[in-house]
Amino acid sequence: MSVALDTPHTYLESQARWHPAEAAFWLATLLPFWLFPDYLVLASQIAITALFALSLDLILGYAGIVSLGHAAFFGLGAYAAGIVSKYGWGEPISGLILGAIVAGIVGYISSVVVARFRHLALIMITLGMGLLLHEAANSMGWLTGGADGLQGVKIWPIFNTFRFDLYGYTAYTYSLIVLFLVFLVARRLTNSPFGLSLRGIRENSVRMPAVGAPSRAHIRKIYTIAAVMAGIAGALLAQTTETVSLEALGFQRSADVLVILILGGTGRLYGGLVGAVIFMIARDQFSGSTPQFWYFWIGALLILVVMFLPNGILGGIAKLTASWRERRGRA
Amino acid sequence: MTAALSTRGLDKSFGSLVVANDIAFELPQGARYALIGPNGAGKTTLINLMTGMLKPDGGTILLGADDITKAEPADRVRRGLVRTFQINSLFPNLNALEAVTLAVCERENISATWWKRIGTYTAAVDEAHAILSSLRLGADCYRPTRELPYGRQRLLEIALALATKPKVLLLDEPAAGVPRDESRELFEVVSSLPSDISVLFIEHDMNFVFRFATRIIVMVSGRILTEGAPQEIAADPRVREVYLGKAGHRGVAHG
Repeated sequence: MSVALDTPHTYLESQARWHPAEAAFWLATLLPFWLFPDYLVLASQIAITALFALSLDLILGYAGIVSLGHAAFFGLGAYAAGIVSKYGWGEPISGLILGAIVAGIVGYISSVVVARFRHLALIMITLGMGLLLHEAANSMGWLTGGADGLQGVKIWPIFNTFRFDLYGYTAYTYSLIVLFLVFLVARRLTNSPFGLSLRGIRENSVRMPAVGAPSRAHIRKIYTIAAVMAGIAGALLAQTTETVSLEALGFQRSADVLVILILGGTGRLYGGLVGAVIFMIARDQFSGSTPQFWYFWIGALLILVVMFLPNGILGGIAKLTASWRERRGRA
Repeated sequence: MTAALSTRGLDKSFGSLVVANDIAFELPQGARYALIGPNGAGKTTLINLMTGMLKPDGGTILLGADDITKAEPADRVRRGLVRTFQINSLFPNLNALEAVTLAVCERENISATWWKRIGTYTAAVDEAHAILSSLRLGADCYRPTRELPYGRQRLLEIALALATKPKVLLLDEPAAGVPRDESRELFEVVSSLPSDISVLFIEHDMNFVFRFATRIIVMVSGRILTEGAPQEIAADPRVREVYLGKAGHRGVAHG
């Protein structure tokens, strides 16, 4: 291996370097504009789901915090952006920022509790918080529209120029740019000293205090950051679909995003993105013919992936390419 | 001079089982003390109490002149009281360089920085690499921890502790589980620790204990039976009876 020749920091720098496959991935996200112009609405929903899965990966894949209530922050961002536009302020960028702030504040408050627990207790607490928020939104019909959903969302053109069109051209462009910018932030974060400490928490939370690490402060911080990112994703959905339903912060959405991330592979940023592409396209295809059957296939796929590809689809691909390289190196 | 670490009247019991009974001792600056005793004597429990992983029922713990009895475990480490674990407690999927860099970053308070790449912190990374090299782990530092042989992992335990710049180092059986022929490397590392670090170590290898320790503390059933210079301990009939009794003849004969 060539790394042995490197100095330690050039080795660590090389870990953060862009891989050609990454460039290929991001170039491929532009393909729908030319190849599938009829599917741009779906593409924008994939980008939004990918952003949501990315935010979950930061807490689950990096810090090892399992959440079954992550949709709470998605929903908060969606309602914040939706409600502010319903009452007269439809400027999209500031709406996005508002969604991020609202989700971030609630994320920080809940992180104080979340940071104190692990394992099953943690799963139950995040699940409980998600259910609480769902019921709160349900009962506050005067604000959220309750079970009927939030109506009357009107989003102004982006920069007063780019109107949201029926074909989803603007929606996909907008969602994709936001996804990419947030991804850049997440990518930098995972290659930082903070990102390394998060991996330490995931690998051995007992050892962390023994190296002097303030694990709880780290967890509060990443949980808040992830909530902000989920809030942005939610706000994007509200703005691009001009409606918010209770489903935005429902349990099903929390479960779906967990499935997406585990299918794609945790702790590698791209897992959530690839998982979102597969999940959303499969749902679109399957649910057209037999809607009630859709979760049968997802269930089967989930079981197969967890049994045979414990690190998800991307983990499986990484393993394959590694063994292929090794074989080629030996030959 | 104030002791580097001292305890007074430290008590702890689990139900009716007393695991620490009125423990009082002083570890002077730069000391090399061994803590010995039969299995279940409460040696690891004492380390857990001193590092804050267990809360004592009573008594005080002083690090230098500071009362740390109620301090959080991470806070004690930041003040310079650091331990290693009898059973490896490492980061399986991090490599040794990443693990030790992590510990250095925590010490240097740069672990909260999320907007800069870790590779740009050359001083921290170089220091981590220097620690690993000094423990002969330089060549293995890019391999994931889980792939390292057990003896190397024991060295990494010590490297992680050193990265925190300890004043007092508590080593819980540094060579535990390592085959006899490989344990020499670990004992050499322990012997060559910087002299300004005060060391208290638990060890069952009596040859090493008697060669390296300047003073030995003997624990039995949660209390300190006696403490003294190695010759005094070796000559103490009570120690022979409870601890060296069976192993003593062998140990002395072979030692």
